[in-house]
Amino acid sequence: MNVIVCVKQIPDPASPGELDPSTNQLKRDGKLILDESDSYGVEMALQLVDAAGGGEVSIISMAPNGEMSGMRTALAMGAVKGVLVSDPALAGSDALTTAKVLAGAVQTLGGADLVIAGTESSDGYTGTVPEQMAELLGLPSVTFAKSVKVDGGALKVSRQTEEGFDEVTCPLPALISVTAGVVEPRYPSFKGIMAAKSKPVDTKTAADLGVTAAGWAGAQQAIVEVAQAAARQAGEVIEDDGETFNKIVEFLDGLKVI
Amino acid sequence: MDFEQDPDLELIREAVGAICAGFPDDYWSACDREHRFPWEFYERMAAGGWIGIAIPEEYGGGGRGIVEAVTVMRTVAASGAAMNGCSAIHLTVFGLNPVVVFGNDRLKQTFLPRAAAGDLHVAFGVTEPDAGTDTSRITTRATRDGDNWRINGRKIWTSKALESEVVLLLARTGEAATGFDGLSLFLADLDPARVQISPIPKLGRNAVASCEVVYEDLEVEGWRLVGEEGKGFRHILHGLNPERILLAGEAIGIGEVALQRAVAYAGEREVFGRPIGANQAISHPLARAHVGLHAAWLQTMEAAWRYDQGLECGEAANSAKYLAAEASFAAADAAVQTHGGMGYATEYHVERYWRESRLQKLAPVSQEMTLNYVAQQVLGLPRSY
Repeated sequence: MNVIVCVKQIPDPASPGELDPSTNQLKRDGKLILDESDSYGVEMALQLVDAAGGGEVSIISMAPNGEMSGMRTALAMGAVKGVLVSDPALAGSDALTTAKVLAGAVQTLGGADLVIAGTESSDGYTGTVPEQMAELLGLPSVTFAKSVKVDGGALKVSRQTEEGFDEVTCPLPALISVTAGVVEPRYPSFKGIMAAKSKPVDTKTAADLGVTAAGWAGAQQAIVEVAQAAARQAGEVIEDDGETFNKIVEFLDGLKVI
Repeated sequence: MDFEQDPDLELIREAVGAICAGFPDDYWSACDREHRFPWEFYERMAAGGWIGIAIPEEYGGGGRGIVEAVTVMRTVAASGAAMNGCSAIHLTVFGLNPVVVFGNDRLKQTFLPRAAAGDLHVAFGVTEPDAGTDTSRITTRATRDGDNWRINGRKIWTSKALESEVVLLLARTGEAATGFDGLSLFLADLDPARVQISPIPKLGRNAVASCEVVYEDLEVEGWRLVGEEGKGFRHILHGLNPERILLAGEAIGIGEVALQRAVAYAGEREVFGRPIGANQAISHPLARAHVGLHAAWLQTMEAAWRYDQGLECGEAANSAKYLAAEASFAAADAAVQTHGGMGYATEYHVERYWRESRLQKLAPVSQEMTLNYVAQQVLGLPRSY
């Protein structure tokens, strides 16, 4: 079973991020790391290939400045090769262009039995790229996958919904987006890290993939304003008169969590 | 001269740092308070191959040197794990060095792959109650019994004896009662029927006990002799420099985390309407700590590089150990002072760093003995003892 995982490389969330005032976008010119929300996809892919008893995990990424530090983390976890699309003309690309680029990268690798993406990235949160990719690749798409198995050549997915789970069966090849916490990502081992240095990463431009890079000017989406989040309001303080539990139940009921 | 950072070391720091991030200060203070070995941490480090990083690749290890190993140890210490984290893994990282260099094939095949996997816990039994720094006075004796040996004696400060399966044990096999010749090295089992282990209550690093160990007629098979009979002290010596280098890195890591906490506190804590870090009585000791730690690290890396290159490294290793211990304690002490009364409270963790950095001035050899080494071996001054 061959699996391709889309991995986004993002500025380290532990360092204070900075917005570019002209575009309202996060600056991505320094070292980038593997988006944690994609580490779940990598881990799931490795487990599925392991369970299938053969095949390999490849990764694809679109990033500025030929940056591949985050890809190396995924390779250190056990992916065997990657395709990086890095092209100054892609700066400012909207979600659809990103999907076209990543779909092109999937085709460069000759497709796969399964393509895995995170539900949304931790630095952009558009949450639309996986479904756009599926459409472009003509693949069935299952979103919010919480657990994934391959059984008799078909994909069995528990799909998280607001009410609970949908149990979905889907033919392969397919594209799924996985939620955070779906599996526990492994830590790269020393040998894995050293081996990752020599694993092949093929670098491509938009033109190599036949994608028209429209950049900022052609983007179909724009961040028109950035504002401070409203300060949280003070919580309600309830004096315990021995019957406080009723108020807690009422409060939770109001939130529709019970 | 080239000080460009080796990208491999950066990767090691990142990866070990990511593991350590899962074990915050509160984990370590709980281990310390409850005298609990940090198994969760140990297992994660073992699974990543970090404990076997310096064991040759043919035995399943990482095949790297002390430069990489000391980078691991510094990163662990600097995460806030300090000596509770480092001592949990330290002896498996470097302790089997005499087996790697001098051991017979059976010893290597039997034990090194398990050490590389982090599955073998090793203790180090050299020091005795009546023979501290003066190893020539060791009295623990191994006597021949057919093809085997029987060991009787008493060792002290055997770290991790409670958790370890085997001990690298130095015992007298020659006829003379004292002297460096006639000592032999064994990789013996810590057989509970023949070995009594008593932890020594101590100031800090309480997640890893240091013990008094009494050996009563412990039988050791002949093949468990490491290297040549009577040459045990020389075999041990081979491992002393890397041990000093690793401990220097550990000391520096403690100093760094203490300094980091102090800088954060000095920037946040306001008294008289400004952060206390604006006062030079606060900022200068912290700046001095930074300078001292950086210098000690450069000396440590020189020593590690010399060892890995097969060059003489006694001066560099002793200098590194000396400088690192001084810098570490100075940094931890400045961190406590910066915190004022809160520095004495366990909640801020700097008291734990302070207790553990104090150890570096005592072990594995006192600061005074490292100066004696430099005075005699480097400066050529006469010996006083």
